[in-house]
Order: sequence, then structure tokens, then C-alpha cells
Amino acid sequence: MKKTYKIEVDCANCAAKMEEAANKVEGVKAASVNFMALKMKVEFEDGVEPKEIMKNVLADCRKVEPDCEIFFE
Amino acid sequence: MTEKQKQNLIRIVITSIIMISLNFIEADGMFRFTLYIIPYFIIGHDILIKAVKGIRNRQPFDENLLMAIATLGAIALALYRSGDYVEAIAVMLFYQIGEWFQSYAVGKSRKDIADLMDIAPDYANMENEEGQLEQVDPDDVEIGSVIVVKPGERVPIDGTVVEGHSTLNTAALTGESLPRDVEPGNEIISGSINLTGLLKIRTTKEFGESTASKILELIEDAGSRKSKSEEFITKFARVYTPIVVWAAIALALIPPVVLTVMDSEPMWGAWLYRALTFLIISCPCALVISIPLSFFAGLGAASRHGILVKGSNYMETLSETKTVVFDKTGTLTKGTFSVVAIHPEKLDENQLLHLAAHVERYSSHPIALSLLEAYPNEHDDCRIENTEEIAGRGIKAIINGDTVCVGNARMMEDLGINWKPCEHHGTIIHVAINGEYEGHIVVADTPKPHSKAAIKALKAQGIRETVMLTGDARAVAEAVAGELGIDQVRSDLLPQDKVSEVEQLLAAKPSDKEALAFVGDGINDAPVLSRADIGIAMGAMGSDAAIEAADVVLMDDDPFKIATAIRVSRKCLRIVKENIWFAIGIKVLVLIAGALGFASMWAAIFADVGVAVLAILNAMRCMYIKAQQPETVS
Repeated sequence: MKKTYKIEVDCANCAAKMEEAANKVEGVKAASVNFMALKMKVEFEDGVEPKEIMKNVLADCRKVEPDCEIFFE
Repeated sequence: MTEKQKQNLIRIVITSIIMISLNFIEADGMFRFTLYIIPYFIIGHDILIKAVKGIRNRQPFDENLLMAIATLGAIALALYRSGDYVEAIAVMLFYQIGEWFQSYAVGKSRKDIADLMDIAPDYANMENEEGQLEQVDPDDVEIGSVIVVKPGERVPIDGTVVEGHSTLNTAALTGESLPRDVEPGNEIISGSINLTGLLKIRTTKEFGESTASKILELIEDAGSRKSKSEEFITKFARVYTPIVVWAAIALALIPPVVLTVMDSEPMWGAWLYRALTFLIISCPCALVISIPLSFFAGLGAASRHGILVKGSNYMETLSETKTVVFDKTGTLTKGTFSVVAIHPEKLDENQLLHLAAHVERYSSHPIALSLLEAYPNEHDDCRIENTEEIAGRGIKAIINGDTVCVGNARMMEDLGINWKPCEHHGTIIHVAINGEYEGHIVVADTPKPHSKAAIKALKAQGIRETVMLTGDARAVAEAVAGELGIDQVRSDLLPQDKVSEVEQLLAAKPSDKEALAFVGDGINDAPVLSRADIGIAMGAMGSDAAIEAADVVLMDDDPFKIATAIRVSRKCLRIVKENIWFAIGIKVLVLIAGALGFASMWAAIFADVGVAVLAILNAMRCMYIKAQQPETVS
């Protein structure tokens, strides 16, 4: 399953770090961040609940970039 | 301006005012320190907090930590040596100004590009039971519903006009500036602007499947396919920052120790200052931000010209194109027949066409349609009776009492009429009245109006070879190629032969750095589109297979767009390269100057912030790349 989320982040380097962090979260097959469009595209593993996964994604992204925001509610 | 940008701007202004006022205050020792530490915290507190958080999250090598160490170091140096706190605060201040400008510029360009691509409205008008118009979420509109589009509004969903006449502006979709007239029965695509009249449209697709939504999705996805340049920059940034940090540590420690060993003055302070200068230059911001921004703006510019490039990587390949392979029918030629010559025996040209058009009145054959198109006022008061189609031959009818036969050479032979051959390439239609030969009309698939200009423009851009593939017979193919100025022709091809022809051309390329582009209309050539280095589908809005297989989609079927696409990609790539060389070059220069003690922190902060700002401004030029006009190609 693929979903696209709106994100908020200040710099391109930080966006790249978020992408790296999101890709390491369990349940995420692939994630890519488009800094210019401020969108994060996440492909989930089969049979997972996207909202639960996204909570972990946000938590891990905050570790690398404290200011970031992902809108998944 | 966002809330955050406003706050930061206020902080920058307050700090600047304090710094100017502090110039007029005489103070010494701890009192001076206290005075200066206030503006430092106003302008730098968030950087310090982020630096601490970075260490706690084990992500130490970011620009916040570097800025924190550099400025705190400078303050420490000032405290023990010079008492010059201004430099540390100024560095932080300039860093913040730079960050603010970056965030503003990126936000602004993001908005500009988003406006450019704002082609899908977020509502649709529907009539409710009382006949009142109601705005609804376009996602909720089912296929087959009737929606209303008022003048000035964008069409939200693809559909067929059921009521109303109007003109549509499709510029945002196709780059075509000429408005298009529509009437009941016409198919219209979402994203076009209704200019003059109220239209009622029966939807044929869901909102998410409609053209405008598809295009938006394509553009948004484009950013996630990264080019080689972007990958290079990401890798570069990953190694560059740690190297500079370690170099800074080495610079602070090794020379003083060596000097001590050599029994001279170690100059700890001077070397520490040089090391701190190093740290300030170490952030790769200028590169990391300007390269994706250039591509994003370039993709935006292309889409404004009606060219969808599906990723930055394709933008890069497109710029390396040296060979362009065209499909003939539908790409370089119109794909429909039209009258190219009329050769009467005794009648005048118009009369011959007039009679032939009458005979073909009821036929739906492409040739009949071309004759009717050439003679639009066919419905006059002539009497047409006993129309009879003779399969594989032609049509016979009685017009005003005369028997008129219109057909091929075989029909003439069957009737025992002597026909004359023609020097034109194309399909020859003979006309006979009451058994007398009256002449012939030649119809052929004609080149599109901009085909010749497109080939010329491509040649002018340094495209080495143009190749045309076609299923047509050799003579016809060569006539067209000669007229357009195409270098190579491969004729008599079956659809499946096209893939192997392209493979041969790919194998014949002198180097991997050159790209081969294939241009097709998306009908039957999806395999070729995906086999070429870069597949360009034209006029493909509506053919999902072609959009899927192609890397570049031209939204209308003007071949000149191919030249425009390559031009945009070349300019965009040139700007990307300028930025890479400019940013790396300045940084390396300042790093060397810093290590030798020639560059102050002021120079360092320029190398970081100034370069980033200039690179962003340069990147924004990508958005305004203009297309050449076909008429001006000489």
C-alpha cells in the first residue's frame, strides 16, 4: 500500500535525513521525501496499519530533525 | 511569510539594533561580556538547543552543532584575548539571515511552481433537487453525473459536453495558447479553463482518474526520481561535512604542537580561529538546496510548456540526447489523409473536387473524409441518387443525371477507362463521368505544420542524427523525410520491427554518455518507448499505456515540443552544473584561504550563506526558461 503525506521541514538536508530515518522504520517498505513539494511518499509492508507505523516514522524523524512535522491524522 | 519566518525576522532586526547600539557603549571585562551575550542568545538560542538535541540523538554532524562550536569558540577567544565579541554574534546573525532568506526563497518558489501547476480545482458544481447549484467535493462525483462549469472556472473532471457552447483555454495542459471551441458531444479534459459560456458536462472518469489529477500526480512523483547530480550531491554532503570537521580539529591541534616542538611560538589562539573558520564553511547547504530546486523549477518550466518530464533523472538524460528517432505517422505527419493535388482533364479543380465529394457523401472511409474536408460545403442542391459502394474499388453515384465513378485504378480498369498515372506520392483517386476519364485527386498523409521547424531546431541544438521509422513504402517515406530534412529512413517496418531498429541504433551509439530519444504517438509503440534511453510520447493525454511507458509526455501533438523539451533540459542542467562548480569552488577557495589565515570568519560566513543565496537565485532561473517559437527557426 502506498500513501502520500504532507510534511513540514525547513531545509533540504533535513528532508534527506528524514527520508533516511523513515526508510529504517519497521513496516516501511520504501519512503521518499520530496522537499520541494513537501510530501512524503510511504510504501508500507503488507498487512500493517499505516497510522501505527507513521507514529514511529514521525518519532524517528523528530530524532534527526526536531522541527519536522508529518500530517497523518 | 509564515509565522516562523516572521518571528525569525523580528529576532534578526532586534539583534541588529542591539549590535549597532552597543557600538556606542564603552564597557570592559565581565560587564562587556554580559552586554554582548544578550544579543548572542537572542539570535542563537535555537541553534544551541538544536545542537544539544543533535548530540543527544547521536546526529552530531549537523550545521547547528558546527555553528554552535564555531561561535562559542569565538566568544571564548574574545573573552581571553581580544574582547571582540562582535565577530561571533555577527557570524550567528548572518547565518540566521541566510537561513531566513533560504527559507523565504524556497517557500516563494514552491508557491510559484505550485501556482503554475494549480490545474485541478477542489470543487465541482452540481445541481441539487431544487435546481440550485451546489459545490461538492470532486472526489464524490460519480461517473456519469452531470456537473456544471461556469465561465472562468476550471473543468474539474474529464467528460462529454451535454449542454452549452463555449471556448476552452487549454494552455495549462498543452501550452497551446489558442482557445478551443466546444459544443455538445465534444470530449473535454479536466484542467482546461472555461472561457465564455456555461457548460454542462457528463463525467466519464472519476476525479482521481481525470487528466488534471493524473498530471499533478506525475509532477509530484517526478521529484522522487533523483538524478545523478542529486545523488552525487547527497553523497558529497555525506563525506564532505565530516572531513571538514576532522580537518578543523587537526588544524586546531597539529600546527601548534609542531610549532611547540620546533621551539617557536605555538599561537594556539590563531590556529583555533582558523579551525573555527573551517567549521563555518563546512555546511553543504548551498549545494543540497540549490540542486533539487533547479530540477524542480526546470520540471515546472517544462510543464508550463506542455511537457511533462517524469523525473529529474529523465531531465538529465534528455539533455544528453544526440539521436532522435521518430515514428512517422501521427508524430511527424498528421496521421490523417488530406488532399495534396487535384489534376482535372477538362473541368476546373473545384468542380472535380465537388463531384468527388458528392459521391463520397455517405462514406466514412478516411479517404472520403479527406475529400469532404477539402470541400466543406458539399451539401448543396445537386441531386445525388443511387450511391453504390464497390468493395475494394470505389463508389459510384448518379449526380444530376450523370453517372460519376470515384475510385482506384482497378475501378477504372473494370470500367474499361484509360486512366493516367501521377507523379505525386500518395493515394490516387480517379474520377470518371459517364465513362469518360475526368482526372484524379491525390490524397496523402501530410507533415504537421511544425515538423520541419522541429527538425531544424533539433539540428541547431546539436542533435547529430534524426531517424524516421515507418511502416510506409520506401518511396512515400523518403519523400516525407526529404521534405522534412531527416537524415535516415527505415521504411516498410512492421510494428514489432521498430523495437529491433531502435536496438540497432542503441548499439551503434559511440558512447554511453549520449542518449537516444524515441518519439511516438503512444499507439502501438509502448515497447519502443520503454526500450529507448528516453521515450517521448506525444498527444498522449488519454492513452494510459503511453503515459506509463514514456519518460516524457508531450501534452499536445506538436512535434516542435520535442525541441523545446531538449532545450529546457539542457538549460536546466547547465544551471545545475554552474551551481555545483560555483558552490564547491568558492568553498574550497575559502577553505584554503582560511587554513592559511587569509580568510576571516566574515569570509567564511559569506562562503556559506552568500553562496547558498546566489545558488538559489541561479536555480530559480530554471523556472523562466523560454521556448523558442517554431516561426523563428531559420
